[in-house]
Amino acid sequence: MKIVRDTWLIFQQEAGLMVRNPVMVAFSLAQPITYLILFAPFLKVVMVDRGASSYADAYRIYVPGLFVAMGLFGGLFAGYGLLSALRAGIIDRCRVTPVSRTGLLLGRALMHVSLNVTQAVIVTLVALPFGLRVHLANLLISYALLGVMVLLSTSLSYDIALLVRNENSLGVLVNTVGQPISLLAGVLIPLVLAPMWIQRAARWNPFAWATDGMRALFAGQITQNVVWQGALIMIGLAAASLFWSSHLFGREVS
Amino acid sequence: MIEATGLRKSFRVGRGRGATTVEAVRGVDFAVRRGEIVGFLGPNGAGKSTTLRMLATLIQPSGGEATIAGVDLLRSPAQVRRRIGFVAQASGTYDDSTARRDLVLQARMHGRSKSVAQDLAVAAIRAFQLDDFADRKIKTYSGGQRRRLDVALGVIHSPQVMFLDEPTAGLDPPSRVRMWQEVRRLREEGMTIFLTTHYLDEADSLCDRVSIIDGGRIVAEGTPSDLKREISGDVVTVEFAATDLADGSGDDLPAASKLLAEAPYVHAAEPVDGALRLYVDSAATAIPQIMRALYDRGIEPGAIETRRPSLDDVFLAKTGRSLEE
Repeated sequence: MKIVRDTWLIFQQEAGLMVRNPVMVAFSLAQPITYLILFAPFLKVVMVDRGASSYADAYRIYVPGLFVAMGLFGGLFAGYGLLSALRAGIIDRCRVTPVSRTGLLLGRALMHVSLNVTQAVIVTLVALPFGLRVHLANLLISYALLGVMVLLSTSLSYDIALLVRNENSLGVLVNTVGQPISLLAGVLIPLVLAPMWIQRAARWNPFAWATDGMRALFAGQITQNVVWQGALIMIGLAAASLFWSSHLFGREVS
Repeated sequence: MIEATGLRKSFRVGRGRGATTVEAVRGVDFAVRRGEIVGFLGPNGAGKSTTLRMLATLIQPSGGEATIAGVDLLRSPAQVRRRIGFVAQASGTYDDSTARRDLVLQARMHGRSKSVAQDLAVAAIRAFQLDDFADRKIKTYSGGQRRRLDVALGVIHSPQVMFLDEPTAGLDPPSRVRMWQEVRRLREEGMTIFLTTHYLDEADSLCDRVSIIDGGRIVAEGTPSDLKREISGDVVTVEFAATDLADGSGDDLPAASKLLAEAPYVHAAEPVDGALRLYVDSAATAIPQIMRALYDRGIEPGAIETRRPSLDDVFLAKTGRSLEE
């Protein structure tokens, strides 16, 4: 399978460069860990009427939300990397070889997936001493769901990057799209606290379904419908978006 | 080895109603034989890079056709990619990677196994003398080192045809000479080389044949010496002393240009950079006549210089502009 081989090849190259730059990886963890330590305690107070009586409860609600925020924004900024690779001529250099076009894109996207999942694992480990408790199986499913979510947000970012071809426009668009999606997914404060009209609007937000699914997993309620619904929505959208970005990428990239 | 007929490329610029079509390449025909070094010489924006990028399968031609190493460019671009190497103007290496890593990656993208790729990288490091810095981060390389790596990457799979886009742009003179040596070495190894340049000396000393391209069209084609022979005779450049406006003498250049263009011993007169370039049969007989004509008109020339025609004179004769401007 040429596409699998080539995807793996590009993944190795991109991941290898990331590993050679551990300072960047460490910095990218600073923000989620700050939120974890300085924001999650607020939730315990806010959610006390909703059954969050302990830090364990607060973290069980907050950590999945943090995963979604990391997965969403981590992926949405991936377009910058693609644009700089285009500008540096790296993509051209690859495209003159017989390497698979889809592999060039997918290998890069999977690097972001593994980076974000690794960050999620570290965040989980940091949250444990604060009282987070979650079933291992459910946790692993959450990581898988996060992975698909990153694949979706990364390919969305690639779509935008390939259409606008400009870092400034990409930045503006990503923030304009990312903010409402993350707020309407209740990544900071669960949507149960939101007014009705926001809850209704959130039903149209695929990431809200994924957040709810992930929270259900952390709460040990793997049989809730929202788990498979959220997963299915993410898988479907990720597949569609990847298809679209590999189409855009396969067109003349000049 | 390369045959192109009527190759065209137009781009749409802008969106919606404001969109206009830019004709970057307006139908070029050329052929490159096995083992030749052929150059496209022209100013920036002449369509050199666009032509190269079409041949290297990076952009789709709007019209025309081409065969590279016996393979049809439009029908089987994937087959073309196996037979060509390409070095773009932008180098295309990862700043944080090393020469060795990128060479291995390149060989693997060409389908080689990991162990074969590592062997090829070692061979390329030796051939291009990258040993001293092969395991350092690429961002620490000098311009010349980086460019040698670019070419090493382009030929790692031993292509039959090599495309080089401005191989020495921005390099210092010693690095340029070194790059020329590398290009000649590749030709000795049996590669056919097609390059673009806007340097006259590069086209002159490196290329077996040159196509002069301007405004998306080939305006002249031939060996550098044949092209220069078309400009028969000598080139005399007359410079004028700084004009003394207080004297009320005005600018001498237009007057001198008009005067000498009509002289029977001058084939053509072109103002270039405040000087006047004159094409004559023989400088030895023309210079006294030029001097006399100018003095008779009360024009005092600053300096007179004579030389054999260069490719720039060919360019000037074909396009009415100088490449060096």
